[in-house]
Amino acid sequence: MSSVNTLAIPRPAEAGHWGKEVRSDLHVSIEPRDRGGLEITLESRVGIYYGSSILSQTRQVLESLGVKHARISGHDEGALPFVISARIETAVKRAGLGVDKKVLPEKIARAGPSPRDRLRRSRLYLPGSEPKYFINAALHGPDAIILDLEDSVHHAEKDAARILVRNALHGVDFGSCERMVRINQLPLGLQDLTEVIPEQPDLILIPKVERPEQVSQADRMIDELKSRDRIDRPIWLMPIVESALGIENAFAIATATPNIAALTIGLEDYTADLGVAKTLEGRESRYARTRLVNAAKAAGVQAIDSVFGDVGDLAGLRQWGENSRALGFEGMGCIHPSQIPVIHQAFAPSQIEVDKALKIVAAFEEAQQRGLAVVSLGSKMIDPPVVERARKLVVGAKAMGKA
Amino acid sequence: MSERIELAQNAAGRSVPAMVNGRPQIPFLGVGQYQPRGRKAAPPICSTKDYPENGDKRVANLETALRNCGLRNGMVISNHHHLRDGDRVALMALDAAAKIGVKDLVWFPSASFPSQKAAIELMQSGVIHHIEGSMNGPLGDYCTQGKMRGMGVLRSHGGRWQAIQDGEVHIDVAVIAAPTADAFGNADGSHGKSACGSLGFALADSTYADRVIVVTDNLVPFPCVPWQIQGNNVDFVVEVDSIGDPAKIVSGTTEITRSPDRLRIAEFVARFLRDAGIMRNGFSFQAGAGGIALAFVDFLRRMMKEDGVKARFVRGGSTKFLVELLQEGLTDYILDGQTFDLDGVKSIGSDPRHVATSPFTSYNYHGKGNFASLVDAVVLGATEVDVNFNANVVTHSDGRLLHGIGGWQNCLAAGCTILAVPSFRDRIPVIIDEVTTLTGPGELIDVVATERGIAINPRRQDLLDAVKGSSLPIRPIQDIKAEVERICGGKPARPKLGDRPVAVVKWVDGTVLDTIWQVS
Repeated sequence: MSSVNTLAIPRPAEAGHWGKEVRSDLHVSIEPRDRGGLEITLESRVGIYYGSSILSQTRQVLESLGVKHARISGHDEGALPFVISARIETAVKRAGLGVDKKVLPEKIARAGPSPRDRLRRSRLYLPGSEPKYFINAALHGPDAIILDLEDSVHHAEKDAARILVRNALHGVDFGSCERMVRINQLPLGLQDLTEVIPEQPDLILIPKVERPEQVSQADRMIDELKSRDRIDRPIWLMPIVESALGIENAFAIATATPNIAALTIGLEDYTADLGVAKTLEGRESRYARTRLVNAAKAAGVQAIDSVFGDVGDLAGLRQWGENSRALGFEGMGCIHPSQIPVIHQAFAPSQIEVDKALKIVAAFEEAQQRGLAVVSLGSKMIDPPVVERARKLVVGAKAMGKA
Repeated sequence: MSERIELAQNAAGRSVPAMVNGRPQIPFLGVGQYQPRGRKAAPPICSTKDYPENGDKRVANLETALRNCGLRNGMVISNHHHLRDGDRVALMALDAAAKIGVKDLVWFPSASFPSQKAAIELMQSGVIHHIEGSMNGPLGDYCTQGKMRGMGVLRSHGGRWQAIQDGEVHIDVAVIAAPTADAFGNADGSHGKSACGSLGFALADSTYADRVIVVTDNLVPFPCVPWQIQGNNVDFVVEVDSIGDPAKIVSGTTEITRSPDRLRIAEFVARFLRDAGIMRNGFSFQAGAGGIALAFVDFLRRMMKEDGVKARFVRGGSTKFLVELLQEGLTDYILDGQTFDLDGVKSIGSDPRHVATSPFTSYNYHGKGNFASLVDAVVLGATEVDVNFNANVVTHSDGRLLHGIGGWQNCLAAGCTILAVPSFRDRIPVIIDEVTTLTGPGELIDVVATERGIAINPRRQDLLDAVKGSSLPIRPIQDIKAEVERICGGKPARPKLGDRPVAVVKWVDGTVLDTIWQVS
């Protein structure tokens, strides 16, 4: 009863960031009051061009959230409209107002649903509280972007990031990138799901998974939200295994639900769990990585590698990526756009591999046409698994524009 | 300044003053439409008999030198800006003028810098009447707020030469900061503790001014070799402790941008040169020292190596990135107008293939040709571009002065002019309906490269054809504009500019291209 009362009493609150170094953000403070209507003051870096637009947007957002009487002051550093409404909504909710209401930005047309086995070579991490990185992320051509609500977001900013990420999913053009969200560990992650699932992300990354039940729990929640909102688009899952126990349970995790599209590993936490240093060669995680690949393949899902932390070392990244592909991984995470082309090169088959695979596939097709049971290339007989691997490679190479 | 200023409409549809600082003006007539006549200006004839036989032209200090030059009220005093934000000589000269008690000077620098904001006090105290030269930062604000007594005149580097040569601006006294000089007045910029590389911007001043003073902090016995300024044009030499702050004269290192979006623009531009067939053996290009331009040079260098292509010459502003091209044999020459970093200074001082140029050779439009039009491609910045490819480089979108024109207008003569710009900055779209201040006519601007795609001027069908089949995102400029307006939540409101002209933008031929209006 008392906690409900505290919630019901509106209080001053603020949200967002401003300052000389801040870009594309808005800081809002709100002082709720009983009467006097809305009193809005605004200082904006782009005031001459968008000042009146920001003011009218502010009014609209406040009205939609049912805020009738308050003093609001904004410091704008060139925030885009989807950021402006997210920051205002966050401040309003922190003030104890606008409960159960939300304001979405103008909707952007979404790309079609994501196939379960689509190309996932690179996924670019975008800190969920840094709006300036969102808008141009897709231009750099990653296979996916990840709006991160977990490690890159400070505890005190989880609510703000959630609303910002929700608005980004609704209103930011991520082009042909797969739209992924990394939620927080459960149970906090369940609140993230409530906010983002209505915006139909293509894939949810669940961090620090150790047991299949953690995946099932999130999966059930997503199903409920989907049926509530009548969403029939697939929303895939990618559990992140980041501990020794998780590795031991990798297969069970990978088969926890048919909605899993890929399994990935978090090496920072994993090496910490082992109490060893993470090295450039990755010797200490070789067992975990091969075990994860095996579990993923056994479950019929993709195996995706961790991130490579040294943004300056593109040669090291290339080597890591090539090694990763050789182990059976199909992609990895990126923390900077400059890593994307390097990863794509590392995960692409070589021209020699592609040419050979094309020959094998051609030989197979010819044998089929001629009704031969045995496929041969030159003097060599080709076994069915070799043909299958060649077909997969050709399909992948075509998707990468290599064949 | 409360009198009504008569305005005329020029060929670009811009309202421009008919008179500027008491001189009648010719409104812009269109690119290549104005035909100059008459003869060049010239300084008075002097005689060797009036100069020391032993060649020692030293005097005790600047004050004495200025007195000996006969500095009087209302004269034009000039400086060059090769020492950039580190320059001490311009303010030294103006302070010395103040001590002599002269008033109403016209200060005519080849560019002004934020460290020279003390010129504001000299305007307030009446020593300086007005500035003719690029103004930004505090000086720019002083001008656009309408506080300057005369009208500002913004000229390109080539336009400054043209104005001096054609007699539009007569320099009474030129004060030339020289990193090395001898007592005869021969001067060089590539050596000495305050080395800045080229001294090209001071060449017109030394040739056309009535009186010339060389100020140095590195006096060497005659002869100062090499000499970029000829002592035969120099009246007096003044030795001082320091002509500038070396840390601000050249940057220790020039850095490539780290912004992924800007790197993407730079890469697009390099790929464009390759895909359009401009990057071929014997080609030439020019790029400035901004972050995108440096990254562009780095990308292009890799592509030149991959394709085994070598340039005949590259135009500076030189930086270590151009010096590396020279050292790796990827270009035969650097033709350098100004030198931005220590590697550049070292190279121009020691490598005969790294050649200092002047606005006369490079940029002057009233000559028998210039180098700018021999350059195959130039990569420039801009604050705004409109849908007709007209561009603004001097003002913010709110009308405040931001940059000087520099060599920007002159470079538009290149075979292919590329503006490398982000599609928006801080929510403010760069591609708009009409530029705030017209600095470059769209007919000379061929390509606008943004992180969202590359727009080619429809006038350049040849370029459109050349990149057919390229994997580059070539898009109509309207298309990029529409996308950015959607992201930014609509078109930006147009700022309300005042109706009183405070400065003019000259075109390369001396006609008036546009007006800077007072802002509140």
